[in-house]
Amino acid sequence: MKVALAQIAPKLGDVHANLETHLDLIKQAKKDGVELLVFPELSLTGYFLEELAYHVGLRVDAPELQKLADAAGADMAVVAGFVEETAGYHYYISGAFIEAGGIKHLHRKVYLPTYGMFTDQRYFAEGDRVRAFDASFGRCGLLICEDIWHNSTVSILAADSANYLISINSSPGRGVVTGDRTLGSSDAVEMLNRMYAQFFTSFVIFCNRVGYEDGINFWGGSEVIGPDGECLAKAPYFEEALVCAELDPSALRRVRINLPLLRDEKLELTVREYQRILQERYGQ
Amino acid sequence: MVSKHPLPEADEQVIASRLAINAASTERLLTGFIQNEVRKVGFERVVVGLSGGIDSALSAFLAARALGPKNVLALMMPYKSSSPESLADARSVVEKLGIQSRVVEITAMADAFVAQCKPSSDKRKGNIMARTRMIVLYDQSEDFGGLVLGTSNKTELLVGYGTLYGDMASALNPLGDLYKTQVWALSEHMGVPQAIISKPPTADLWMGQTDEGELGFTYREVDEVLFQLVDERYSEAELIARGYDAGFVNKVARLVASSQFKRALPIIAKVSARTISREFRYPRDWGR
Repeated sequence: MKVALAQIAPKLGDVHANLETHLDLIKQAKKDGVELLVFPELSLTGYFLEELAYHVGLRVDAPELQKLADAAGADMAVVAGFVEETAGYHYYISGAFIEAGGIKHLHRKVYLPTYGMFTDQRYFAEGDRVRAFDASFGRCGLLICEDIWHNSTVSILAADSANYLISINSSPGRGVVTGDRTLGSSDAVEMLNRMYAQFFTSFVIFCNRVGYEDGINFWGGSEVIGPDGECLAKAPYFEEALVCAELDPSALRRVRINLPLLRDEKLELTVREYQRILQERYGQ
Repeated sequence: MVSKHPLPEADEQVIASRLAINAASTERLLTGFIQNEVRKVGFERVVVGLSGGIDSALSAFLAARALGPKNVLALMMPYKSSSPESLADARSVVEKLGIQSRVVEITAMADAFVAQCKPSSDKRKGNIMARTRMIVLYDQSEDFGGLVLGTSNKTELLVGYGTLYGDMASALNPLGDLYKTQVWALSEHMGVPQAIISKPPTADLWMGQTDEGELGFTYREVDEVLFQLVDERYSEAELIARGYDAGFVNKVARLVASSQFKRALPIIAKVSARTISREFRYPRDWGR
């Protein structure tokens, strides 16, 4: 299965320009026979929007999203990030999994960081569900940036039988650490990607953006990690790129026979203990 | 300057290694910053005031690498009391990089201010000179069609060692998140002339002035304390308990707090329901 990561630098607050970029890359990826093309978090709008968020919100039936679906056509899936405006005027950081002419799955970012440089929760509503879904090529889960810093989200998706973890990001670069490493923040995320692939013996499809917003850089380094923890494709740091990876779905079978971690996972025990903790914390 | 505030021995190496940067990554991040933030607002060029010191030399190096030497204009703005070595060092940067340059003497302009305002202190006179250079820089930026590139480093910004609307004025600043000791390291990596790296830092406002003499501490000392207070969020008490001089730590913390106004826009009296920068919050790169 051919997967491509569109490591772009969205124009901040300019949906029209970003949509054109998406359509160009979809066309290019289709030529290359890509079956799944993944864009980063808020790929249609840029990330540090502040109040621009209220200018660039799209309803789920927006013509812009339909254009992505039309361009992707019948033989390609696309994941794109956008500001979702609801009928009740709540704004979410959402990711759309688009396939077969429409949105097959919508994920609303659950964990909205407000620490350090981040202000997500000042402007956005929190998503309240984490669910796997069936794409034509297999069962997937979709998470957005800060979501992956809470391992519960990935654990839920694994329990929900996701084989492909799609993680879309606007991860800022910080910490120019020494040695061969690039950045403190890229080091940490790359470790998480490998850890999730190994813990859940699943494919991790990680797309991060590049470019600068108000002096803040995004480090790129998008990658696909196989269920054995091997890196299958790696995009450059700091530069725009369209990177392809060939995924062998049969790796799931081989890895999981060798390492039946998911088979042995004790879901009931986990839930029971969580319930006990909640009872102790909030019970009478 | 000889260190007056020796660091606890055990800490010295640890902190030096925590303050160390990956120079190649940093160069890439900062040249990308200059390319991106200059070009997306419709410019190709920058103007930088070149004093002969290390900060402006490093800014010029980064700009030349990011935009190409033809797109960088270095302005040398000596005053009659400026040391000739400063001008010679600035010229060595221009030659090494092949960037464009102009010399604009500020003596007549600054002396006109001095004659009218009769500054009673070196500080006032220094501020007049710094703000005169700012006027020249912004005027030349209009003529050259380039943005003004900042040269203030994180150490100066944190302790407030700069003139508001003078040397602190710029359109974009690649050095503002690098401590002075990190500026030294990146300058070594990028090939800034050794004479500039190794000479004592000075604002060159009067004969024999040095930053470290005026501040009363060395950059190495203050960077180690600032780095731990600011970046690593240690408390003053924790540093003192580890053996740092209490008077020094408290002084540094006081300088940071008392210069906060220099790092903020002028405050606006709130009247309406949607005040600029309180509820009206937009990124500077709006639509870019």
